Amino acid sequence: MKKAILALADGTVFEGRALGFEGETVGEVVFNTAMTGYQEILTDPSYKGQIITMTCPQIGNYGVNGEDTESTRLWAEGFVVKESSRRPSNWRADQALHDYLLQSRVVGIEGLDTRALTRHLRDVGSQQGVISHVDLDHQRAVGKARIAPSIVGRDLVAEVTCQKAYEWTTGSGAWVPDAPTSSNAASTSGAGPRPARGRPFKVVAYDCGIKQNILRRLVDVGCAVTVVPAATSAESVKAMEPDGVFFSNGPGDPEGVPYAVAALTKLIGWRPMLCICLGHQILGLAMGLKTYKLKFGHHAANHPVMDLRTRKVEITSQNHNFAVQTPGGVDPTAPEPPVVTTRFGRVAITHLSLNDHSIEGMVCLDHPVLSVQYHPEASPGPHDSAYLFKQFAHMMEKHHA
Amino acid sequence: MPRRNDIKSILLIGSGPIVIGQACEFDYSGTQACKALKEEGYRVVLINSNPATIMTDPELADRTYVEPITLDVVEQVIERERPDALLPTMGGQTALNVAVGLAQRGTLAKYGVQLIGASAEAIQKAEDREAFKQAMQRIGLKTPDSGSARTREEAARVVERVGFPAVVRPSFTLGGTGGNIAYNREEFERHVDWGLAMSPVGEILVERSVIGWKEFELEVMRDLKDNVVVVCPIENFDPMGIHTGDSITVAPAMTLTDKEYQVMRDAAVRIIREIGVDTGGSNIQFAVRPETGELVVIEMNPRVSRSSALASKATGFPIAKIAAKLAVGYTLDEITNDITRVTKASFEPTIDYVVLKIPRFAFEKFPGADPTLTTQMKSVGEAMAIGRTFKEALQKAVRSLEVDRFGLVSLQSLDRGLPPELIRDEAVARVRSALRTPHPDRLWHLADAMRLGLPIEELFALTKIDPWFLDQIQEIVEFEGRLVAAAHQPSALRQAQGPEPGRGAISHQLLREAKQLGFSDNRIAQLVEVETDEVRQWRTTRRPAGPHGTVTYKRVDTCAAEFEAHTPYLYSTYEQDCEARPTNRRKVIILGGGPNRIGQGIEFDYCCVHAAFALRELGVETIMVNCNPETVSTDYDTSDRLYFEPLTEEDVLNIVDRERPVGVVVQFGGQTPLKLALPLERAGVNILGTSPDAIDRAEDRERFRDLLERLKLRQPASGIARSVAEAARVAAQISYPVMVRPSYVLGGRAMQIVYDEPGLMAYMGSAVQASPHHPVLIDKYLADAIEIDVDAISDGRRVVIAGIMEHIEEAGVHSGDSACSLPPYTLDASLIAEIQHQTASLALELGVVGLMNAQLAIRDSKLYVLEVNPRASRTVPFVSKAIGVPLAKLAMKVMMGKTLEDLGFTESIVPSHVAVKEAVFPFTKFAGVDVLLGPEMRSTGEVMGIDDDFGWAFAKSQDAAGVSLPQSGTVFISVKDHDKPATLDVARRLTRLGFQIEATRGTAVYLREHGVEVQLVNKVKEGRPHIVDHIKDREISLVVNTVGSESSQADSASIRRESLHHGIPYYTTIPGARAAAMGIEATLKKGLRIRSLQEYHRGQG
Repeated sequence: MKKAILALADGTVFEGRALGFEGETVGEVVFNTAMTGYQEILTDPSYKGQIITMTCPQIGNYGVNGEDTESTRLWAEGFVVKESSRRPSNWRADQALHDYLLQSRVVGIEGLDTRALTRHLRDVGSQQGVISHVDLDHQRAVGKARIAPSIVGRDLVAEVTCQKAYEWTTGSGAWVPDAPTSSNAASTSGAGPRPARGRPFKVVAYDCGIKQNILRRLVDVGCAVTVVPAATSAESVKAMEPDGVFFSNGPGDPEGVPYAVAALTKLIGWRPMLCICLGHQILGLAMGLKTYKLKFGHHAANHPVMDLRTRKVEITSQNHNFAVQTPGGVDPTAPEPPVVTTRFGRVAITHLSLNDHSIEGMVCLDHPVLSVQYHPEASPGPHDSAYLFKQFAHMMEKHHA
Repeated sequence: MPRRNDIKSILLIGSGPIVIGQACEFDYSGTQACKALKEEGYRVVLINSNPATIMTDPELADRTYVEPITLDVVEQVIERERPDALLPTMGGQTALNVAVGLAQRGTLAKYGVQLIGASAEAIQKAEDREAFKQAMQRIGLKTPDSGSARTREEAARVVERVGFPAVVRPSFTLGGTGGNIAYNREEFERHVDWGLAMSPVGEILVERSVIGWKEFELEVMRDLKDNVVVVCPIENFDPMGIHTGDSITVAPAMTLTDKEYQVMRDAAVRIIREIGVDTGGSNIQFAVRPETGELVVIEMNPRVSRSSALASKATGFPIAKIAAKLAVGYTLDEITNDITRVTKASFEPTIDYVVLKIPRFAFEKFPGADPTLTTQMKSVGEAMAIGRTFKEALQKAVRSLEVDRFGLVSLQSLDRGLPPELIRDEAVARVRSALRTPHPDRLWHLADAMRLGLPIEELFALTKIDPWFLDQIQEIVEFEGRLVAAAHQPSALRQAQGPEPGRGAISHQLLREAKQLGFSDNRIAQLVEVETDEVRQWRTTRRPAGPHGTVTYKRVDTCAAEFEAHTPYLYSTYEQDCEARPTNRRKVIILGGGPNRIGQGIEFDYCCVHAAFALRELGVETIMVNCNPETVSTDYDTSDRLYFEPLTEEDVLNIVDRERPVGVVVQFGGQTPLKLALPLERAGVNILGTSPDAIDRAEDRERFRDLLERLKLRQPASGIARSVAEAARVAAQISYPVMVRPSYVLGGRAMQIVYDEPGLMAYMGSAVQASPHHPVLIDKYLADAIEIDVDAISDGRRVVIAGIMEHIEEAGVHSGDSACSLPPYTLDASLIAEIQHQTASLALELGVVGLMNAQLAIRDSKLYVLEVNPRASRTVPFVSKAIGVPLAKLAMKVMMGKTLEDLGFTESIVPSHVAVKEAVFPFTKFAGVDVLLGPEMRSTGEVMGIDDDFGWAFAKSQDAAGVSLPQSGTVFISVKDHDKPATLDVARRLTRLGFQIEATRGTAVYLREHGVEVQLVNKVKEGRPHIVDHIKDREISLVVNTVGSESSQADSASIRRESLHHGIPYYTTIPGARAAAMGIEATLKKGLRIRSLQEYHRGQG
């Protein structure tokens, strides 16, 4: 069994066995606590720049397949697991995890104490790390981790966004979510309102590293989506005359993408807008709020988020390292959703993390803008927040009327 | 939403006795619920007939009724206590059925009692199979094609449509009782009749079989605001067709992608909403077709369950406690997670380990029972193990079972390849045939199949166990090969250590890999052919120690380490980082009882929990070690620290090494920890209380005989035999009948009364297998003696007799299977004084510090000592409840150096009321097994009846055990010659009470001769209509049937079997029948009266 090491910038080193592509890789080491969905996670562009540790110890059990992807390739810089299954078993599996990593040139490591690693990251914070199969010298590896670039302030979006615009028309098919949150019980199925005019809503989606399940969910609720590169100007979007604008998730620091902030600033109030994850943080910056880096991020499929308007809780999928700072003097735990005045008028904080009370969603009261920090498209994760796509469709419908 | 203030008082219904399908998990859930509701300031009224539960401890509720859980009794509780609400979801199927019954009868409306947790409509919708199916159709979910039937004809019409194999499921039963798979019409008719008889509403569902599909379970919780969380997805290792209680189950689910899992989660959320469980937990079962992923819903339990107990222990999320809080109005986001203290209950646990539950069976107790695993649950207990990988969890689970297998040992001696005496084709044929039908040993047969080279594809075809699981076993088997190879060649895998290289020593690296895969020292030793101690030495003394050989402990924290865990709920694994973080406090380790089995169950868990409570009161840190997920002892709240670990020497010593306690308690967990007493002491561990030597002195027959001789106490004539010839000689000398048994056994395992030499010879064949290292014991069987159980407590200087119990059945019926009365109901004062005196002298001579149980027999007013157990006995909770003194707690304090005087317990308490304990048997689960009582224990649980007089206490105990004594009708009597004189009294009593008597010829003649009016009835072989016809036609309301010889047993088996099936009370001993007559007399004389334990014991303790 070939050996491998994982070295962190603070000097901590874990020994394990080589997994996936033979080589060496650097990235910010983070952990994800989801128990299912490693294929979706590996193909999520938001992980650009990061080495992912799965806390669930048995990974690869159901193999990988052609369907459960969130983009056209794997983006994780490295993959850390307790044990990767040699023999996958599932009626949809067509490859083992090891072969998938090998083929996609992703360097991984297994057989280490991933819980110790997770506790370490939790206590001291995410940091740069190196996985190596080729140079097992601890000191050299730590040295490489130390000089690896941080994700703070970096534009990782440029590395994952599409090169040119494209149309997306495929929905979730058989996988349409089917568990209505009863606060929105009016629409009980995954499909949304069909536009009255008999044609789909035209949505332009800024691709900051968009997950394909967002696109599928938009199609499910009656949208025809044009995906555009993250650096597309607001003017060219306006020229496309969409019914709505979408800002996607993506990797890294929102302060690394000032051009997207600028574009969003120009589009607020023009057409209904939905922002997810990095898109939410970009919205925050556009409105003049601050963002900050979380100690070890939120990477999970079990985080409770309260909708402060209904006081109901959604179990959400999350994947972010930065968050919108709660403005001073605002108590997010107040019984009524707090309202903040910004350069774009009043903004209500609508969603709150029950774990750390960070902001999970906002609504502009003076403009048709919705944003959430978490992932209503799930994939992986629960479908509790699927209703948000319908709300976006309703917003577009209302805007037309 | 805050706590409801419109409710002040809540009635909680327990699940009654331990039976297959309903065990300790409902004490765990009920106890959590009691504590949670009390904490919220509600007045809690509780009813449960099972005295061996923590929930019935008088401190837990405001009013505790240890009374039969029947509609009449619960109605009377409601009338007396006037609760505002009834929480029916904590006491299993029993509580649900009673709640539905009370709603239907109008009792709840009459007294204005609200159902909280689940409404009557929701319960009905989930439990009525037809209603459930329709509900599923409404929300677009598939269920297997099925139809309900109330007659054989209706059933035949349904099976026409769904085809064979078909599943027959009775409505409203628990543990799949009466459920079966029919492969052809003949089987079908038999299963339909049985199913209709088993269903309390006479209805069955005939269902298309999804045998061989993958099975999953989701534990779902919902609050009043309609927030829903899934606590844990569980995947069954065994496919559909095997009851989930009999399946190995695994958490989290292993073989579902996120997309597939979320489809299932969506379905679960829709189901709990559609059924309308407003608050609390539910268990939902799904089947998935392995080839296509097609999903069907199997069933839903709108209450906490065995699986929810498992999910709670597996994740650290206390489902029952939270369900109770939800029931009184809280929402999930208002409840804080105890373990992280910062997050809320409104989240879904995520785990970074693998949990495996494995069932424990007891088929050896039920000769004639079919050990095939089917849709009806047959296991009597379970063990859970936690490891960082499936393989580690599996191997830990296997050794947790305590079946003398410390790993996937070969059943065909294949560890080192095919032995010369075996022919490969035959070995393969054997293993194939063993795997074709699911059986408790399938795990070991699978490993053997792999040793023989059978491919996973074939094994999947044979067993339908998912190839992922099979490959995990394959990995273990392959590694075993590496260990064998390493030990056999002086290769790089071997490594010198210390000054002299040990024989068979293997390298650090290989040893560490083995430990990471969960191999026990014992199994490694077997494979590399050394002694187990040597492997332990390699692990603990080799240098460098550090990460290589040392065990580490990880915490169960609900969140995969995302937040800090404040609760030391630990499991072992061989990793880098250890989170045990032992304290410097004065601490004691309590060893629990492991998986439930017949003879060792909830009674011992009760004692362990009390030991923990006592230590807490003394300010000593308590550390619990146990591996039974059903229990209160494995609630992380019970002790300061919980190690969820197998109870083997290796695993316990590892914990002792890490914790360094002042001592270890072995007295409370039954045989499991007791077996460890000597090995632990040898390893230098301080055993608290009675010394291991004293334990040995009581357990070892020869030493025990010396002890009795020294004290001049009488014992039935006895001898020891180490060979067949010696046995014959000894038995002849003692004179038949004799009782034979192997030494050091549990629950009368392999114990038998033999009447002659051929009987003895037949026995000797099987006994040697029962306990290879111990000789066979032969005792004179005291026919017709009265058996006495005594529980006593001693601080080494003073002995207090806590309770004297007179058995109702005669000596020879296992004490665990016999009903008993406290105080004795026929003994005179001088005998009682003598019992007290002898028990005290035994305790003092043995140097007992803590509890002791003695079993005595009385014949012709002479007292015989049968056995002494210097430890907590099965009857400790019963005695504690009967006299109102927490014996186990006192015993623990005594073991910590307190005197009985310090504790204020210096005098025996003889209550003015009478408490009767009755045993409960699993015979309805095992078709074809005779129900006669004998020296081999077969009961799974017990109930207590308590009242002012013996008759009523006995009648209540029968009612609680599910036997309702008739008040009129016809009694059938057929007894062996020896019993005839004693029968006369029973017959006369019953005649006086207005019963008609029917008897078979011999008995009839005798009774008529003595002036009793009797109707003659044919024996089965005498032509029709015969007695069984009468039973089937329900013309008989009580059966008294004793038998002697084996042939008469066989002839009359159908009488007892049919009585059981038709729910007709039957007694197979004369003392039992006499007690029944006394019970009937009492119930005819005055009406039912109930009182709470708090009222019985007012002014005591």
